[in-house]
Amino acid sequence: MPSNLPRFPARLRLLPLLAALPLLSGCGLVVLDPAGDVARQQGDLIVLSTVLMLLIIVPVMGLTIFFAWKYRASNKEATYKPDWDHSTQLELVIWSAPLLIIICLGAVTWVATHLLDPYRPLARTAPGKPVAAEVKPLDVQVVALDWKWLFIYPEQGVATVNELALPVNRPVRFRISSSSVMNSFYVPALAGQIYAMPGMETKLHGVFDKTGEFEGFSANYSGWGFSNMRFAVKSLPAGEFDKWVATAKASAEGDLSRDTYLKLEKPTHKEPVRRFAASDPQLFDAVVNMCVEPGKMCMHDMMSLDAAGGAGIAGIGNVRQVTYDKFAARGTVDAARWSIRYVAAACSSPVMSNDRPDAKPVAPAMLKGEGLPHPAKPERTALNAPAATRPMS
Amino acid sequence: MTPHPAPETGPILGKLSLEALPLHEPILVVTFIGVVLGGIAVLGLITKFRLWGYLWTEWFTTVDHKRIGIMYMILGLIMFLRGFADAIMMRIQQAMAFGGSEGYLTPHHYDQVFTAHGVIMIFFVAMPFITGLMNYVVPLQIGARDVSFPFLNNFSFWMTTAGAVLTMISLFVGEYAQTGWLAYPPLSGIAYSPNVGVDYYIWGLQIAGVGTTLSGINLIVTILKLRAPGMGLMKMPVFTWTSLCANILIVASFPILTATLVLLTLDRYVGTNFFTNDLGGSPMMYVNLIWIWGHPEVYILVLPLFGVFSEVTSTFSGKRLFGYTSMVYATICITILSYLVWLHHFFTMGSGASVNSFFGITTMVISIPTGAKLFNWLFTMYRGRIRFELPMMWTVAFMLTFVIGGMTGVLLAVPPADFVLHNSLFLIAHFHNVIIGGVLFGLFAAINYWWPKAFGYKLDVFWGKVSFWCWVVGFWVAFTPLYILGLMGVTRRMRVFDDPSLQIWFVIAGIGALIVAAGIGAMLVQFAVSIWRRKELRDETGGDPWDGRTLEWATSSPPPDYNFAFTPVIHDLDAWYDMKKRGHQRPVDGYRDIHMPSNTGTGIILSGFCLVMGFALVWHIWWLVALSFAATIVGAIYHTFNYKRDFDIPAATVTAVEEARTRQLAAGA
Repeated sequence: MPSNLPRFPARLRLLPLLAALPLLSGCGLVVLDPAGDVARQQGDLIVLSTVLMLLIIVPVMGLTIFFAWKYRASNKEATYKPDWDHSTQLELVIWSAPLLIIICLGAVTWVATHLLDPYRPLARTAPGKPVAAEVKPLDVQVVALDWKWLFIYPEQGVATVNELALPVNRPVRFRISSSSVMNSFYVPALAGQIYAMPGMETKLHGVFDKTGEFEGFSANYSGWGFSNMRFAVKSLPAGEFDKWVATAKASAEGDLSRDTYLKLEKPTHKEPVRRFAASDPQLFDAVVNMCVEPGKMCMHDMMSLDAAGGAGIAGIGNVRQVTYDKFAARGTVDAARWSIRYVAAACSSPVMSNDRPDAKPVAPAMLKGEGLPHPAKPERTALNAPAATRPMS
Repeated sequence: MTPHPAPETGPILGKLSLEALPLHEPILVVTFIGVVLGGIAVLGLITKFRLWGYLWTEWFTTVDHKRIGIMYMILGLIMFLRGFADAIMMRIQQAMAFGGSEGYLTPHHYDQVFTAHGVIMIFFVAMPFITGLMNYVVPLQIGARDVSFPFLNNFSFWMTTAGAVLTMISLFVGEYAQTGWLAYPPLSGIAYSPNVGVDYYIWGLQIAGVGTTLSGINLIVTILKLRAPGMGLMKMPVFTWTSLCANILIVASFPILTATLVLLTLDRYVGTNFFTNDLGGSPMMYVNLIWIWGHPEVYILVLPLFGVFSEVTSTFSGKRLFGYTSMVYATICITILSYLVWLHHFFTMGSGASVNSFFGITTMVISIPTGAKLFNWLFTMYRGRIRFELPMMWTVAFMLTFVIGGMTGVLLAVPPADFVLHNSLFLIAHFHNVIIGGVLFGLFAAINYWWPKAFGYKLDVFWGKVSFWCWVVGFWVAFTPLYILGLMGVTRRMRVFDDPSLQIWFVIAGIGALIVAAGIGAMLVQFAVSIWRRKELRDETGGDPWDGRTLEWATSSPPPDYNFAFTPVIHDLDAWYDMKKRGHQRPVDGYRDIHMPSNTGTGIILSGFCLVMGFALVWHIWWLVALSFAATIVGAIYHTFNYKRDFDIPAATVTAVEEARTRQLAAGA
């Protein structure tokens, strides 16, 4: 008899909607379905953490609805205990259930944060595909400008604006900085984001394991033209990447000299893709040291002067020399007013690089315990050596 | 590229000139005309009904914590309408600006809108609401006659209002900041924001911050020193406990905000280099400092509402609160832990993996006491007799909504997950999920719960339910698309979009915002209808319409100026429930004179001077800065010579008031 059927299955009709969730990911949830190993692990971590937390969230939501329904005032059948307010056993459960989930999640967090540290070179390009020791990652230097992105390929000697082309399956090492304000460099299909900050350098490692066209953008609001601060990302097969480099080098824009950079640095938005040859190997380090303008004191020079106790009264002139923030960057003040020069002699040449060696990649064997000495065969050390071989005392 | 170059500074008007009026922005001109006409109408009505004297003597100069509490709530409500208007403007812009369309807002305007939305909703909506609530309820719950420092309370309110007014002035004179609600340098520095927007931001917050800090001190002292005899710390109602912890957080964290903004001010006004790119400045330091205030701020907002949910659940389940002790310790845990998590707002700044995982894990640890609280509410409902009045409906909606917000919050605390979700619309959905689902739903529960106490009649249930369902449904329709967009890699604060496939989600979110707007409308109708039908909705029980459990329900509704004719003596946690159970007889004679503080206009006058000073500082009108500063100092000193600070309510008056109540109770019985 239909009237006797419980009402519950009616609610279950919603379940197929859950099954439709992966479909949704097929049509654009790039964070959960990216094209690079790093981003994929980050996406998987989101799913894993969510499932772990649902273990407690779902029962809580279920109990809330159930208790609200069962103990409604109109239900006089239900037990009513107005003075019951304590149960040690329940309290233990109440505190320990979230605690256990957080212990699991905390452990996952600790391991994943270290494994997916953006500063750490990649140990693999895809699951089961370790990076061979002799493979050098592709270096790309990234500068966030107002409001566009500059990419410099020191190895290839090319530079682009608002276009990032990468060879598939080759680890990439980004060195990231900014010219004026904070931005965040983010290509969702490739790897998580990291801030781009003026006068500082951040790093990010990533790799594409699929070819295709993707999108990158600034994920940190940076002012007037922020919305259009997006760039095309191409993951290309190795041969096509070389072709792309050759085209870029032959581009009519010519060489990315410091003068060109200073012009490029001026605020613009909706900048089209531009390609340059890039022959100045020190441009990026000069950007980080805020001394692209000829004759301007580099930050590391100022710091070494400061470390040596400063330049006394003579140093006051240097203050004018190192001033970097400027209205001119946003086009509100005449450039001539900030371009007065004082001291150039104190500056070192070449520019000191901020590029520090990376940490070592994670050896996957260690994680499984394979790299550790076997407990049955302890390593020989002076302490556990057999008595006979110990030095006589 | 910046449309407005830095203005020149003159000796009389500083940077101020006719160009500061945004006559080129039709939206602002229309708004301005609307505000002027509305303002003239309101002022005209006040004058026509000769209400100026009444408003001045009974409200503006009052030191009664109940009236100040109500004024805080009104301030919060007005600013809420402004903040929500900003939200609707953003939703419309984002639903429009696809496929080459620029939408209807210029970057200069849009960037101000989202900045103002954040600042107003946190500082001038949520803060006044919770301060108002604590002001109204805490002294009643602990059996006190007023707060410890009644004048300071009035002054705090007017300073908060002055900050709000200065922020609102920026709408029509000059511009507001275009930096995002936390004004990160170097963007907010003088080099990249040379105009007055950031200055409005700084001085608005600094003036309001004085009010917030002083009110925090006031409420801490009130709770620690003015409890009725017998009310030990572990017999305090949970709302008072959570208020105590929230105010400790205020006093410990707002000075950090003040100091941080002072450093930014020095950078902007006198050319120091705390947060500049060059000369040794570090913008990263600002980001750290502002979040060392900013994260505790989140708990300042939500803790008092946790208290509200505890009171409501216990009252409407007709049952003692489950696990009072663990509730108190959970609150204290959250208070302490809230200081150890700030870095999770910027994992992507490039700290090492160990630092990031430390802050990620401390963040997750906060979910343990929070989870314990949720279970405690759950087991308070267990074996209760739950009456689904409006406050309880909001509480159940909170429990179901907040767990999702909590879950996405813990998810964002996993650093590698944060690397892909940071600054995305997923983050936006998360914090609206906890702030709307936690703070606002809690406020609505509180307003429906305590309204009869404040005014003597209940709120209309029909319009309350309309508002409830519009809010809950509207919230999910508005923010589920943002969760999905976040997973699609869409970032926040975007004005225009390229990818046309995203548009449908923004349209859905916009529809959700309209449903929420209907909920707000229904709530205003609920207030109006309830005021209109106040005779029918009158609370006939003489002050205890919900069968309450804590002390505020022991007195009349609205309570007399002195709250309690005799200070009650406390024997149990649920003091009023205990008194009712033991057959407490209300004393009907032997009234004595009651010593009370006098009203004073000093608070509103000093705040007025500060408002002028803030405006002058924004526009670099130095002579006016000096003048208003001197006036503030002289005014404060002059006030110290005011010896007419208190008076006695004669026993005869008390007797008359209490006998009226005796007759009312007899009629109701």
